[in-house]
Amino acid sequence: MSTVRFIDEFRDRTLAARLAEGIAAAADTGRTYQLMEFCGGHTHAIFRYGVQDLLPANVKMVHGPGCPVCVLPMGRIDHALQLAREHGVILLTYGDLMRVPGPERMTLLKAKAEGADVRMVYSAMDALACARANPGREVVFFAIGFETTTPPTAIVLKQAKAEALSNFSVHCNHVLTPPAITSILASASDQASAEAPRLDGFVGPAHVSAVIGYRPFEAFVRNHRRPVVIAGFEPLDVMQAILMLVRQLNDGRCEVENEYTRVVTRDGNTKAQALMADVFELRDSFEWRGLGWLDRSALKIRAPYAAFDAEKRFVLKTAAIADNKACECGAVLRGIREPVECKLFATVCTPENPIGSCMVSSEGACAAYYTFGRARPAMAPALADAS
Amino acid sequence: MSDERRRMAGGLDYRHGRIELWHGSGGRAMAQLIEELFETSFDNPFLARRNDQACFEVGAGRLVMTTDGFVIAPLFFPGGDIGCLAVHGTINDIAMAGARPLYLAVAMIIEEGFPLADLKAIVASMAAAAKAAGVAIVTGDTKVVERGKGDGIFITTTGVGVVPVGVEISAERARPGDAVLLSGSIGDHGVAVLSKRESLAFETELLSDCASLHDLVARMVEAVPGIHAMRDPTRGGLAALLNEIAQQSEVGIALNEDAIPVAPAVRGACELLGLDPLYVANEGKLVAFCAAKDADRLLAVMRAHPLGRDAARIGTVVEDSRHFVQMQTSFGGHRIVDWLAGDQLPRIC
Repeated sequence: MSTVRFIDEFRDRTLAARLAEGIAAAADTGRTYQLMEFCGGHTHAIFRYGVQDLLPANVKMVHGPGCPVCVLPMGRIDHALQLAREHGVILLTYGDLMRVPGPERMTLLKAKAEGADVRMVYSAMDALACARANPGREVVFFAIGFETTTPPTAIVLKQAKAEALSNFSVHCNHVLTPPAITSILASASDQASAEAPRLDGFVGPAHVSAVIGYRPFEAFVRNHRRPVVIAGFEPLDVMQAILMLVRQLNDGRCEVENEYTRVVTRDGNTKAQALMADVFELRDSFEWRGLGWLDRSALKIRAPYAAFDAEKRFVLKTAAIADNKACECGAVLRGIREPVECKLFATVCTPENPIGSCMVSSEGACAAYYTFGRARPAMAPALADAS
Repeated sequence: MSDERRRMAGGLDYRHGRIELWHGSGGRAMAQLIEELFETSFDNPFLARRNDQACFEVGAGRLVMTTDGFVIAPLFFPGGDIGCLAVHGTINDIAMAGARPLYLAVAMIIEEGFPLADLKAIVASMAAAAKAAGVAIVTGDTKVVERGKGDGIFITTTGVGVVPVGVEISAERARPGDAVLLSGSIGDHGVAVLSKRESLAFETELLSDCASLHDLVARMVEAVPGIHAMRDPTRGGLAALLNEIAQQSEVGIALNEDAIPVAPAVRGACELLGLDPLYVANEGKLVAFCAAKDADRLLAVMRAHPLGRDAARIGTVVEDSRHFVQMQTSFGGHRIVDWLAGDQLPRIC
């Protein structure tokens, strides 16, 4: 463990200050720059390290919908609850999902306290191990995430098939980044949508791009005339990407640029892509919280793996379930509202008692704002004294 | 050796033996367990008297009392186990009042089937920790629950101590302008325990920091009797502690991230697991709040003690009606350091 290196290198204050100067010098004081970071990982980094404090007032970050837990609609959470409570399965999922409120504010955590067998896993492989260890029980892995977590789910499905595991299945909720960004771009450029914020450019996804490459974003740039800079999740990555976006906008350029060259290539991880293509296919349409039904925006399990598809294996009721009326998660996910503009924020809705999904995950804009950013503007003089 | 003991067929079988229900039923098996294991290990005249309580004199000053339950998994971890933890934890809770710990009481709830060898190791660890701390375990209780109704072993320790005259340390006494001093690096215990969790096992050379802090505290109180507040950052980590004090004292706290010591192995593990060291548990660290004029003296005393070698001044108490804990980040920005909501979880994205 002591061999984990290159942590501080990407969080260096001197370099950050230099980048901040660069951004301030480059940013034209006669205009504003409204930039959206798509990924929750970026949102988290911006708040955790205080990146916004290093930006000039006319460069503003708008937080995007790239938080896997946040965009999962109520109906899918309801499926997880049905599996755990009515079908008596061992339901396995990633930790954040356990606290997301479903219908009537029921959560998997509450279901667990009631006696349902809900367990948190750190990786998809843990789910497979659980199925092997419990041959007499139905084990369902509730899979969520963007392209980053999809290849591991594909591996698990292939492995389950190879072992002919008869008690294992996957409830697939994997979603795709490009259609979501398109939807945001479309809504932002839609003149009829007066509420939508003007978005001048995008900080593109880090880990997602490692898998899919940056080629898929080239079409967006052409179609929507907005620059995209792929960036890593470290705070210096984010600042460098912001500088690159400001320069593109100043020059009137609209390109896909890659700040995250140490990981991301144009074509991405072709092995992982082949694996995904082998196991999954596009759904015609999938509901996203906040963005609505988006065509060809999510994956389902292909026919040869149907035996391991929990949606085929169990009879699950699917109902359209509306979010809490006062909850602004939808608008927050589209960048239309800031978390503090929601009436529920920090009053009824807190991380301990979340109403909307954006308050649950640390990648969600509301949770990040609540946990790290509530004090804005900060007590700057006092902080300067603390030494 | 007692008469009852002589009537037993033989000594406890530590090689293959397991706790059985009758070890908690009040009969001879229980007497044998108490005599052979607990009395022998904890060895002191109070226990030898075999009363259901211990009776002792208390000197001048105010009496401090505390209790703590220990339910951990795994029971044995790098640098310690539930036994020494149960001793250190309660001694530290007493010490945080500026008190000198005097005596401990122990209650154990053991699950049927628990290996006697493990119990012996845990008791030996408790005895060693208590002896090193100079605090006797003077009374106790043992219960056995049916298999499936416990998780191996639960230990509760209760302790008493005495606060010297003139010392008045309490969570509501931090004042704007106070210095915030931390006794050493954070997160060691939590990461050492995590490294042995079944679902997460990873290699680390890191050891838990679990230790009794009363000797360090004695030196601190001697040098600066007017310490305002003191607490050890256990569950919830440094972040929880600072928020508790901010709330209790109705103040804000301004931290400097650069000043907070974190061992490289802890940073590495937290990085891989997506955790924040500010929220990771410690078992041998303390945070003290004192007037700014006393800060240098107190820090020097802390650094002169082996358990405070890496002590640092990490921040300042400020006026803030919202009672926020804020931090100047190493990166150059600032953020809130909030309470933890639920458990810390790895990121998905």
